[in-house]
Amino acid sequence: MRTAERTATPASTPALLRDVGAIGVAIVAIGASFGAVAVAAGLPVLATIAMSTLLYAGGAQFMAVGLIAAGSPVAAVFAGLLLNARHLPFGLVLGDVLGRRWRDRLLGSHLMTDEATAFALAQPDPAGRRRAFWLAGIVLFFAWNLGTLAGVLLASRVGDPLRLGLDAAFPAGLLALLLPALREPETRRVALVGAAVAVLVTPVLPAGLPILLALSGLAVLLLPRRGRHRARPC
Amino acid sequence: MLIAVILTLAVGTYAFRLSGVVLRDRLTLPDRVHRLLPMAAAALLAALAVTAALTEAGAFAGFARPTGVLVGAALAWRRAPFIAVVVAAAGTAALLRLLGIP
Repeated sequence: MRTAERTATPASTPALLRDVGAIGVAIVAIGASFGAVAVAAGLPVLATIAMSTLLYAGGAQFMAVGLIAAGSPVAAVFAGLLLNARHLPFGLVLGDVLGRRWRDRLLGSHLMTDEATAFALAQPDPAGRRRAFWLAGIVLFFAWNLGTLAGVLLASRVGDPLRLGLDAAFPAGLLALLLPALREPETRRVALVGAAVAVLVTPVLPAGLPILLALSGLAVLLLPRRGRHRARPC
Repeated sequence: MLIAVILTLAVGTYAFRLSGVVLRDRLTLPDRVHRLLPMAAAALLAALAVTAALTEAGAFAGFARPTGVLVGAALAWRRAPFIAVVVAAAGTAALLRLLGIP
């Protein structure tokens, strides 16, 4: 069976659940490794759990635990916030998906992650995007927190996610969700240039900044293009 | 101190998340800019995927991870089911590490 995101038709709820579930299983495992790493680094159990429920941002959580353990709590705050600044542009795009009701906006904002955003944007119509966002948002939130709890409880018995190759699962999943958008030539050029810029500056800039600089990929739209003299009048 | 760090991070992150959603409504964006938003999101997510595939803490992540991601991406390009993409990417990276390739 084909994954529905890659066709023009919206994915059915069972198909979406299956796809979200695939990432959800990986997130439980990564969450477990976060819980184990945090407790091993000397974080109290309650603080570890609070991080996953209140902060709910995997990358920033791992980074913060490392910096707190290294004795630089102020750096942990700055690095974590820089890493999460990308959620502001995500919110601009998801604004339509979350609608105007304050209950949905307040709750949906907390469930906003890279994966939930990617699942939503992979859908072709507004109703599908809304369904995909909430489904991915809720399932992944529970997966991450369930994983964290398991990691805290099992501590040293949690396996290394690298041995399972889980670090390769997330980029591959994101790329798969992006493919329908990337089949559109303009979006593809913007995304390719943005990703190239981000990779090039990653060795020299603090985490988070390279991702934000990917927005510079939009500049390719300003370049004149051959074979497109009869440009749209807008 | 720890509580303050966690709460500051949580509140700051939530502020980023919510302010985009709320701004979307307050700003009356011209159609052209509105059309750019999905492209901006695609650029951010692509940058995230590619940097996560290639780098770890600012340095090259080793060969296992990018190879796994490449296998997954190739399957996605061939319109394989999403689960196959994710499992193949993880499986390839795991297998390479089992063989001693970092």
